[in-house]
Parts: sequence; structure tokens; C-alpha cells
Amino acid sequence: MTPAVSIVDVVKTFGSLKALAGVSLDIAQGEFFGLLGPNGAGKTTLISCLAGLSRPDAGRVAVLGHDVQADFREARRLLGVVPQELVFDPFFSVRETLRIQSGYFGIRRNDDWIDEILHHLDLAGKAEANMRGLSGGMKRRVLVAQALVHKPPVIVLDEPTAGVDVELRQGLWQFIRRLNGEGHTIILTTHYLEEAEALCHRIALMKQGQVVALDSTANLMAAHPGASLEEVFMRTMRR
Amino acid sequence: MIGFWTLFYKEVLRFWKVAFQTVAAPVLTAMLYLLIFGHVLEDHVQVHGVGYTSFLIPGLVMMQVLQNAFANSSSSLIQAKITGSIVFVLLPPLPYSAFFAAYVLAALLRGLMVGVGVLLVTVWFVDLQVVAPGWILAFAVLSGALFGALGVVAGIWVEKFDQLAAFQNFLIMPLTMLSGVFYSIYTLPAFWQRLSHYNPVFYMIDGFRYGFFGVSDVAPALSLAVVAASLAAVSVLTLLLLKRGWKLRN
Repeated sequence: MTPAVSIVDVVKTFGSLKALAGVSLDIAQGEFFGLLGPNGAGKTTLISCLAGLSRPDAGRVAVLGHDVQADFREARRLLGVVPQELVFDPFFSVRETLRIQSGYFGIRRNDDWIDEILHHLDLAGKAEANMRGLSGGMKRRVLVAQALVHKPPVIVLDEPTAGVDVELRQGLWQFIRRLNGEGHTIILTTHYLEEAEALCHRIALMKQGQVVALDSTANLMAAHPGASLEEVFMRTMRR
Repeated sequence: MIGFWTLFYKEVLRFWKVAFQTVAAPVLTAMLYLLIFGHVLEDHVQVHGVGYTSFLIPGLVMMQVLQNAFANSSSSLIQAKITGSIVFVLLPPLPYSAFFAAYVLAALLRGLMVGVGVLLVTVWFVDLQVVAPGWILAFAVLSGALFGALGVVAGIWVEKFDQLAAFQNFLIMPLTMLSGVFYSIYTLPAFWQRLSHYNPVFYMIDGFRYGFFGVSDVAPALSLAVVAASLAAVSVLTLLLLKRGWKLRN
């Protein structure tokens, strides 16, 4: 079966900084995959290459077999990305934002799905509110909603729960789990390692632009009996 | 096409939500120019046999079309880049040609709305003739599109608001102010007359004015050819930059 995401020997440098030093990994369709590492490890750069926001200096990235450079239109249609930065367009309401985002993906009259997303992200009461008036946690959830408007088979969540309170975080994960259960591939980066431990089938640990560990969550834990994922993470990073 | 229409709609909605600032304010500015210069010079100056206030109006209209078309695309892009919301148009499968067309057409629409607004408020001051409406429309559309495209280039090139202000103040403003908005270039010394022929905005203003009075400093067909060639050149450059993802995709 074609991998949901295929990353082969990807290199990316910014001046003298080697942000990605030959990263290769495949993510299977339907996986809940964790991409973990300290700040500066290269996670967001790798996601940028996947999303077409950055161009790798070498290597190849494909989404469901579609090269993100050569076949960028199809690759982007299959991908939904929640960016790490808390960004929003201050001119629009939540509903306008989601309708516009749907239109970018070629979808008209998407209100049924938009209402469903808003309900699951506990934003239904804010649908007509201007983006400027939302709290940080609400803005973060609108970013999640924007990534989902076109029902992408592959969803990338770059630290989606930063600034979101515990109760809403649970609601968000319930919804994302449901999407994963329906066959959507989920790629998650987070600094909340207990979330990654609970949710991810497989985890890649990155350090200085390289993948230093890649295995199922169960195998990673089994290699360090009695340790939490946080301890596994710390030991791997110290190596 | 839905992606293109959505981006166009978003860009129009963006300036329309603050129409007081983006449409009404430039109309007021143009009216003040007309009141002051028209009042001071009406009895002293005639150009091509036309009263000064009448002569001034087409120049003011075109100046506002150009400046507002440029301001729309450039400010939208720089704001999106600085806030980071540019990712919302970079992540979807929008072709770069749709990106270009949506930004330029929205900029043109704002420019034309301001231009029509300036005409509507100034036309009460004089009996303005319209000799060749086709020329008026052609120059307004091509020139507005050209400055909309220049705004896209500026918006993706600059990284800070002060760089954009420098672009506006040191390039766009001199090109428009020194193009014959307020005078005929034949009132200038020979050197400045020759230099004005290298300013593409001169041809936009001169050709646009021909549509009102049927007289111009150079033949309107030549002016239209210069404007069309400039638009084609800037459009090709902009499309190449967008295709490469210059300053948008690392």
C-alpha cells in the first residue's frame, strides 16, 4: 500500500545551519504518528517541506504517492496542516475564515461540515465572532478547523494543544481520534509527551536534523522497562 | 476556478470591510487637491485649451486608481507575511496564476472604485467632457492592473512595513506626481520633458486624459502600447517570482 507520507533522504540547510541532515521515513495510511524532539531538532522544518512551505535542498517528499514539488496541487489537496504559530486573519469571523479556507481547496457550500467541525471543537457559539475577539486557545482550535475543512486524508498537527486548557484538549483529542478511526492519517508534534504516549502508534525522535529513534510506541517503551516516554525521550537525547 | 474566486472574494472583502479607510479617504484626499489647486490656478492656467480644474480631474482620478491598486495588493501581502497568515494561501493547492490574478484583479477593483468615487465627487465642480470613453476604460484597467501587479511584487519582496513605505514614497509617489497629473509636460524645460518620456505613468495619465478632452501630449495609441507592454513585462516577472516561490517558500 502507498505510504501516507514518504520522506527520502531529505536535506535542508539555512545558511550554515543544517536543519535536516538526510531524513528518511515512511508513515503508513491510517497511522497516528508522533514526531518528537527538542526545539531546533528539525520537526517544523520537516513539516514545512511536507507542506510545500520549504523546498528541500535534496531528497524527496510525497503525500500518498504525490511528490510535494512536482505534483504539488494533488499533494496539498491530500494534506491538512495545523501550523505551530498562532496565526489568523483579523478581518474575518470564524465562519468566514472557514468558508474562505474551504474555497481555497475548491469546496463551495461546506457549511454542514463546518458546523460539525465547530461543534466538535466547541466553537459553535463563536461562529460569527471576529477572530480578533477569540482567546488564544480558541484561535488554536480555529487553526485545527481550518486544517480540516477539506477532510484531508493526511492531517499534520504541529503542537496543536499549546495554550489549550485541559478540558478542551480532551475534546480535541476525542475528535482527532475519531478522524483517525475513520482512516485519516495523523502526524503529531507535541511537547506534551504523555499525549504522544497515549495517542501515537509509532514515534520518531529527532535530534539535530536527524531521526535518532523510530519505532512503535510499545517497542520504544519496552526497550526502557518501567520508564515513561519522557524518560525514554531524555535518555535518547542524551546519547 | 473556485480557489481563484475565493481568493479574489477574500481580497475584496478585506478592503471593503475597511472601506472608510481604503475607498472614502483617498476620494476625500483627491477632492482636497482639486479644491486647493483648482481654486488657486483656475483663473491663471489653461492646458491644451482646457480650464485647469477640468484638466486636473482626470489626472487626479488616474493617480488615485494607481496608488490604491498598488496599496491594496502590497499591503495585503505584507500584512499576511508579517502576521504569518500567508500560510492560509500557501498551504492550499492554488496555482500561482490564480494567486496572481486574484490579487491583481482585487487591487484593480479597489483602484477603479476609488477612481469612480473621485469622478463622482469632483464632476460637480466643472462641466467635464467625455470624448472617448473606450480610451478612458482601457487606460484605467491596464494601468490599475499594472500597479496591482507592482503591488504584488512589492508585497512579496519587502519584509517590513517601513520597506514598503520606502517603496511607496521613493518610487511610486515620485513616478505618479512627476507624470503630468498637475501639468502638461510641455510646460517643463526640455530636459525634464525628455525625462518624462521614460516615466510609464506619464503615458497612463496622458492617454487617460485624451479620453476626456481628445487632446494629449503624445498619441494615445503609443501611450496604450507603452502601458500594455509595461503590464505584460511586470506580469511575466510577477508570475516567474510566484512560480519560484521567491520570498514566500524557503
